[in-house]
Amino acid sequence: MNTSPETRTIKVDSLARVEGEGALYLKLDGDTIQDLKFRIFEPPRFFEAFLQGRDFREAPDITARICGICPVAYLMSACHAMENLCGVTVDGQLRALRRLLYCGEWLESHALHGFMLHLPDFLGYPDAVQMAADHRELVERALRLKKLGNHIMTLLGGREIHPVNIRVGGFYRVPTRAELEALRPELEWALEALMATAPVLAGLEFPEMEPDYEFVALHHPDEYPFNEGRLRSSKGVDVPIDHYDQVLMEEHVAHSNALRSRMLVGHGPAHMGPLARYALSHSQLGPKARAAAAAMGLGEVCRNPFRSLLVRAVEMVFSCEEALAIIDAYEQPEAPAVSVEPRAGTGFGATEAPRGVCYHRYTIDAEGIIQDAKIVAPTSVNQRVIEDDLWQVVQPRLDLPDEELRLICEQAIRNYDPCISCATHFLDLTVERV
Amino acid sequence: MSVSKPVLAVWKFASCDGCQLSLLDCEDELLDLVEVVDIGYFPEATPTVLDGPYDISLVEGSITTPDDAERIHHVRRISKKLIAIGACATAGGIQALRNFADVRAFTNQVYAHPEYIDTLARSTPISAHVKTDWELRGCPINKYQVLEILAAFIQERTPVIPRYSVCEECKRKQQVCVMVAHGTPCLGPVTQAGCGALCPAYQRGCYGCFGPKEQPNTAALSAQLQELGMDEAALVRFYRSFNANAQVFVRESQRHEHKS
Repeated sequence: MNTSPETRTIKVDSLARVEGEGALYLKLDGDTIQDLKFRIFEPPRFFEAFLQGRDFREAPDITARICGICPVAYLMSACHAMENLCGVTVDGQLRALRRLLYCGEWLESHALHGFMLHLPDFLGYPDAVQMAADHRELVERALRLKKLGNHIMTLLGGREIHPVNIRVGGFYRVPTRAELEALRPELEWALEALMATAPVLAGLEFPEMEPDYEFVALHHPDEYPFNEGRLRSSKGVDVPIDHYDQVLMEEHVAHSNALRSRMLVGHGPAHMGPLARYALSHSQLGPKARAAAAAMGLGEVCRNPFRSLLVRAVEMVFSCEEALAIIDAYEQPEAPAVSVEPRAGTGFGATEAPRGVCYHRYTIDAEGIIQDAKIVAPTSVNQRVIEDDLWQVVQPRLDLPDEELRLICEQAIRNYDPCISCATHFLDLTVERV
Repeated sequence: MSVSKPVLAVWKFASCDGCQLSLLDCEDELLDLVEVVDIGYFPEATPTVLDGPYDISLVEGSITTPDDAERIHHVRRISKKLIAIGACATAGGIQALRNFADVRAFTNQVYAHPEYIDTLARSTPISAHVKTDWELRGCPINKYQVLEILAAFIQERTPVIPRYSVCEECKRKQQVCVMVAHGTPCLGPVTQAGCGALCPAYQRGCYGCFGPKEQPNTAALSAQLQELGMDEAALVRFYRSFNANAQVFVRESQRHEHKS
């Protein structure tokens, strides 16, 4: 690397390099960034290849293993794609239960991402455990919220990681009304706890930046999006989900194992996740979620990626409100699932994972054997927007020492994804100063 | 006080992160856990890194790349005790389905530029590369079992982890047998306990998350499954999921592959 005496290569955090899932390479010439590359090292696991030859009913459980932090997203997108393919619609109480399951996953994932992994950045702690030394109540509250999310997933799914009770057509067993009623006190506590946390979050200082993102999310006329909707963007896209491949194109670059995506019109990066959902569907939020947003000073759009912490909190309030509404209206359905018989064709499914649109496309034969599969995780789509954000974060801070630069870059990545299986967490920063 | 605290490290190889997330899912125990161990290395939870060597390393994921095949030796060298956690680390995981196919064809299929991808032909468990001090099964692991393992290693006793079948757990919970009562195909008779017989509790057959039990009679189960109407190809798929590369399941799936 050190080819000339003027070139300085600095590797930060050698253990993280050994671990190495994510890395950032920076080449600086005085006060100009010459090159910036964000890499994902996650070893390829070839899901799309080994799904070929599997039965169409196996896709949900198999694809859940792409991500242990948001398995519901994969379970749901695979189910919807197969139902779309076989001409089946799952509605009524079964559809409502699927939304309730998603409430659980958003609560669990947002509590982990927002409060346990992202919040320490803004309160000045390396992690939640050390934050607990000074803010025990806050951390206990975060853990209790996370536990509530997990509890909803366990009740409906059997367990919180890789739930077993989800299938194409619905569930294996549906809960009784009494089982759901038991969730009510904790959901009511959660609403209060989140409203009480809003002023703490509103008082945090966030780095300033407001890029002109193209937000992409599902949009539904009557609901804040979970399982269903048209693919919309803030710059004019509005198509049914089977047009996904005409909106976003994947590309494979040398420096990352995860395929990246860009918009086919305009060729820019797409921004998915809470900010995108909020920008496109905030009017669908319930009264308490809107009140929380107002209490934290959020307008109709939030373009500062660091403030995604606040939008995650709003979506947690939404998840509690929505869960309570679903429980209010619940009547145990007679059958846990509708029957789905295979037919040859191609089907599409997209649902809103905590971190954005999770897209599945399958082709099966008349016996139900998968011939072709395509799966796009939101974090792989967001890779380009993360790289663009990093340019904007680094440019005005070139005079910072490498260690401080690394910290703010890590923080910028955590705006999108704290986890590692489809993205990165701890960063190996290479700065080359020419 | 803190002088005698054991130092814990958590490592990730090819995996979904679900097993290490099980630790963070111990919401009621997490703050107590960090009273008795120091976290030395756990990137999913903290950027803080303590110097090794580590008293206990939990290793998630399978070995699928040349770099990882070297890195696991580094992890072993700096770990006093090494515990493989989850189906990926103990059997190669779902990604071991490549072991039954041509990985170059897989790469060409998924990636536009296969030349950028550096991957091994097989996905293998940690024990294929280094000595493991314990293997904790599950896809995902049971979080109470990982707490039991940690407690046992800290207290220098043998962990209490049953090796018997899911059926025993199912009977103890007084659940109705889904295979006998409803004719639902179930891997429970040959699968190790640990999940709490979860699937039968939800009116579903077991699909083998915890891998083979000790001394399973797969041939007898396969015969029963065939009577229930499963054909050879379906049997191959049944044994080839999250623990496809566990030797007993490899043999049984191959026996039916050759017939189908």
